[in-house]
Amino acid sequence: MNRFFAFVKKEFLHILRDRRTLLILFGLPFVQVLLFGFALTNEIKSAQIIVLDHDKGYHSGQIINRLVASGYFELQVYERSYEGLESAFRKGKVKLAVVFPVRFTHDYEHGRNAQVQLLADASEQNTAISLTNYASSIIRDYAAEGRTQVAGPMAIDIRSRMVFNPELEGAFVFVPGVMAMVLLLVSAMMTSVTIAREKEMGTMEVLMVSPLNQGQILFGKVLPYLLLSFLNGCIIIALGVFTLGIPLHGSLLLLLAETLLFIFLALSIGIFISSLTDSQLVAMFASLVIMLMPTIFLSGFIFPIESMPKLLQVISQIIPARYFIDIVKGIMIKGVGIGYLYKETLVLIGMSLFFTLLSLRNLKTRLV
Amino acid sequence: MTNNMDAIVINDISKKYGTTSVLQNISFSVRQGELFGLIGPDGAGKTTLFKILVTLLPADSGQAQVVGRDVVQDYKKLRILIGYMPGRFSLYPDLSVQENLSFFATVFGTTIEANYELIQDIYSQLEPFKNRLAGKLSGGMKQKLALCCALIHKPEVLFLDEPTTGVDAVSRKEFWEMLRRLKERGLTILVSTPYMDEAGLCDRIALIQTGQILAVDTPEGITQSFGKALYAVRAANTYQLIQDLRQAPFTASVYAFGEYLHLTTQSETTTPEQIVAYLQARQHQGLEIKKITPTIEDSFMALMAQQPAA
Repeated sequence: MNRFFAFVKKEFLHILRDRRTLLILFGLPFVQVLLFGFALTNEIKSAQIIVLDHDKGYHSGQIINRLVASGYFELQVYERSYEGLESAFRKGKVKLAVVFPVRFTHDYEHGRNAQVQLLADASEQNTAISLTNYASSIIRDYAAEGRTQVAGPMAIDIRSRMVFNPELEGAFVFVPGVMAMVLLLVSAMMTSVTIAREKEMGTMEVLMVSPLNQGQILFGKVLPYLLLSFLNGCIIIALGVFTLGIPLHGSLLLLLAETLLFIFLALSIGIFISSLTDSQLVAMFASLVIMLMPTIFLSGFIFPIESMPKLLQVISQIIPARYFIDIVKGIMIKGVGIGYLYKETLVLIGMSLFFTLLSLRNLKTRLV
Repeated sequence: MTNNMDAIVINDISKKYGTTSVLQNISFSVRQGELFGLIGPDGAGKTTLFKILVTLLPADSGQAQVVGRDVVQDYKKLRILIGYMPGRFSLYPDLSVQENLSFFATVFGTTIEANYELIQDIYSQLEPFKNRLAGKLSGGMKQKLALCCALIHKPEVLFLDEPTTGVDAVSRKEFWEMLRRLKERGLTILVSTPYMDEAGLCDRIALIQTGQILAVDTPEGITQSFGKALYAVRAANTYQLIQDLRQAPFTASVYAFGEYLHLTTQSETTTPEQIVAYLQARQHQGLEIKKITPTIEDSFMALMAQQPAA
């Protein structure tokens, strides 16, 4: 037992003394979660808008204030003419223009058909649609409030209302996916490289000649990464809950247990890869190709599984991350318990056992 | 272990990688307490033989025993009785000198303190640097540390695979002195090296070439079995000299050794004067010829020439 702990201690020293490993281990989750959570959503922040206010009345001023106060828009400039608008769009700085006609305030107060025109730069169509949606819903809200004070209806060019907030939808989909990806990457790639490194340095030969058995070498390699990856998983969950506002409706304990299970699976795959190759480079490449690509493309992380071709849907069933993503979504967002997730859990357990046994068989007592 | 027993017995070991034969019917024994050298060029099969003996690689055929234990069947018991230092010093470059040593000590179920007296000589030179990372040590220091790591569990037999490759001349000399002292404490040591000049420092040597043992004897025995007169010849134009000597009717073999050519003659009756006369007739300047005693390398070349091409 003593020699096992000496081995684990050595592994910790390897990890803690290698700045690059540490950076990947702890920098990656932060960058990924924040990148996917904030930057890669459809949400728009501080889009530059331009206002052409022919009205210069009370209500147009109020609406402009509301738009800017929403945080989605940032007032670039007040324009005086349509020509000014055109050249601003050409320069590409402005994403949206709001035009108030003459007598807007007058029409609004007297219950006439008050009109607001929204012009969007449709060369980025998704942004254009989101921006006009945001702006019209803000204007509509203003009109709805006004209706209680002023008699008569107010007509504004109304578009379909958004059912959900795209920003939140993005984070909900991405965070479980990022979690699966980061844990896979860290656990599988790191462990696969660490055994290959011992083989490359020749220290594996001495370890094999030593009284340490394969099980001790294997679990000695896995244990530090299991602990560090678990810490990583906790960081990702905390980031998701506290900075991205993802709800945690289900049991935290169950979520942590499932995370541990998934890490163990990732580690067993990493060990399996490293038991097949002698070179760090091959190990790294294999884990990237075997693990990362399918995880990104076939787990439902970026592309919905339902919209994949039949063949890819079948292949996606052997992607571990797919089950983990379902489990995380189930626990965090739907708040379901193990009763609903036992199938996915069993699949993960089965895969872990499969790879552990396979790598124990592959890691021989001798070199050949 | 009884003292009259051979520490290592190798019996008819063969090994192939794919279709390439690496070791062919190797047999020799190393006596208890002997400093035994396995001498041969790169690619001769030294490392493969070592891996078979330290239980890392199974042979295709043949048996081997180390301290009376079979390297295949008794590998578990054997592994704690031997110390192995692979060709590349197998140290962790990101661990300090002390951490490396204490790691290997703990893994083999002992402590640095328990066996300190065995490594004291060597480790005392490393102690000032005990907190330095192993990756930042010089080649000679790495070699000493690796030796300490291989010794820390007090093995009965020490296997050193090319321990002096890539190490400076002074460190090499020091290293061999350390091996001498370890041998005096009763340790059996099998050491491989491509350097022929190190052969003379062993009790006995085996010459190995393309997977075959050419000879096993004491270094003196090997050189004495050379059996022919050997001349060192030098001239101003070495290239022309070697061409002319190769064509000379009396030449049996001629090899370049530094600035001299080592020449053996077909007949013992050929005198140095005849050789000089032959070369002077071909306008050689600055001729020098002397009869020398053969070295291990001369013997190795001669034995290699007798060997049928593999």
